[in-house]
Amino acid sequence: MKPIALAKTTIPPILTLVAVLLSWHAAVKFWDIKPFLLPAPLDVAHAAWNKKGELIQATGVTALAAFVGFVASLTFGTLVAFGFSQSKAIRASGYPYAIFLQTVPVVAIAPLIVNWFGNGLHSVMIVSFIVSLFPIITNATNGMLTVDPDLLDLFRLHGASRWQVWMKLRLPNAVPHIVTGAKTSSGLAVIGAIVGEFFVGYGTKWMGLGYLINYSNGQLRIPELLASVIASTLLGLSIFGLMTLLSGTVLRLWHQDA
Amino acid sequence: MIVARKLAMDYGSQSAVISDVDVEIQTGSFVSMVGPSGCGKSTFLRLVAGLRESSSGQLLISDRTPQQCNLRRAFVFQDPSLLPWRTVAGNVHLPFELDRELANSTTQPATRVQEAIRLVGLLDADANKRPRQLSGGMRMRVSLARAFVTDPQIMLLDEPFAALDDILRQQLNEELQRIWWQRRWTGIFVTHNVSEAVFMSQRVLVMSRRPGRFIADLTVPFEYPRHAELRADAGFAKLTGEVSRYLRQAAGVDP
Repeated sequence: MKPIALAKTTIPPILTLVAVLLSWHAAVKFWDIKPFLLPAPLDVAHAAWNKKGELIQATGVTALAAFVGFVASLTFGTLVAFGFSQSKAIRASGYPYAIFLQTVPVVAIAPLIVNWFGNGLHSVMIVSFIVSLFPIITNATNGMLTVDPDLLDLFRLHGASRWQVWMKLRLPNAVPHIVTGAKTSSGLAVIGAIVGEFFVGYGTKWMGLGYLINYSNGQLRIPELLASVIASTLLGLSIFGLMTLLSGTVLRLWHQDA
Repeated sequence: MIVARKLAMDYGSQSAVISDVDVEIQTGSFVSMVGPSGCGKSTFLRLVAGLRESSSGQLLISDRTPQQCNLRRAFVFQDPSLLPWRTVAGNVHLPFELDRELANSTTQPATRVQEAIRLVGLLDADANKRPRQLSGGMRMRVSLARAFVTDPQIMLLDEPFAALDDILRQQLNEELQRIWWQRRWTGIFVTHNVSEAVFMSQRVLVMSRRPGRFIADLTVPFEYPRHAELRADAGFAKLTGEVSRYLRQAAGVDP
């Protein structure tokens, strides 16, 4: 992205943020709201500063869990889509379960995952993976199936093998669809990781943002709670930004690849 | 020679798309097919290409079935049908990647790709462009280049110029019949445009409404290579009028 275009996309949300912070501060002062209900932005900033070590570490742990969950979704989702694109029968027997995966509430399955896989980072990754899988499957399947029938005829006319049709037609055709799915999926991976951390402890050494949120809430440490929420939001935001940049690059390459 | 006898085709339970199709197309000749929408012209092309199977009757290409026939066939679709992620050269090169026999018998595919791109009137500089950087007419030229690159013995053209404006269509008609005159592949050209059908071909076949069969076979006597002025010729007008009359009859407009 060019600097001007970058500024055009980053400045408006920053202005919104400033406006929200100012009105938040004004509201707390004006109505004299108690800190355990809603602390002023400066109190939150203070809490964040005091806990910066923990927050940074927690953000890193959550980011790691979300990243692994997302990459697993991207890989596994594309493979499932490959299976779905092979035959109607496979699709008919598998697709309802992909939808099932989407509709089952993550807060309900997270405790089950812990029950099955035990405490620790890997369980958080699994929750993140399950939550972020669906958009990849649907988008990738869609991209592999919505191929121009004339192109399928062309490939057949030249005696293309099933593998060639997949590698040279269906997969490249699915790339823009997968990229769209990956954008949605990356956000869901962060949510999945945080929700997972609500239920999964990492042991005594380190903790994620979800754990921090849960813990601060239990202790009624509202400034810390809000600081963790903001850290989660920033994490989600930076992942979204990264994905937008990445998808732009991928799509450009996709159009240029000879 | 391509010979159809009592050829019929239906898609399962649906009524027949074509039935009782009888036709002989000489090797190296250029014929056009016109007919009402949905009458089965495209289906006939796909049967010749071996992309569909007939339900009854016989279709032989040089005494073999379309599936057994080893004559090189090229198909040009109504849409350019290019791969958007490939360059022009990449698209034209595609047949060499899919067809192993073709790849083995071709010593320098890159040269062939370049020749095909030049043949259809594109510049060398266009070779590295992506389809989305090209106009509709240029995309169709790429599609033609992809067909010519295999040096086909049979060329199947399914309304390739239907989406183009009239001047561009005429220009491509002139170029295509000139290329045919030089190379003499067997050409079957499906179109809705009567003037185009007459201008391009040696014979115009008129197909009936669905289920399609041939109801008229008109010979076009004009010399090749043909030029733009032919369209203003009285004989040309007479012939297009005649084709149109059959076409109206086929469509059920006239009794």
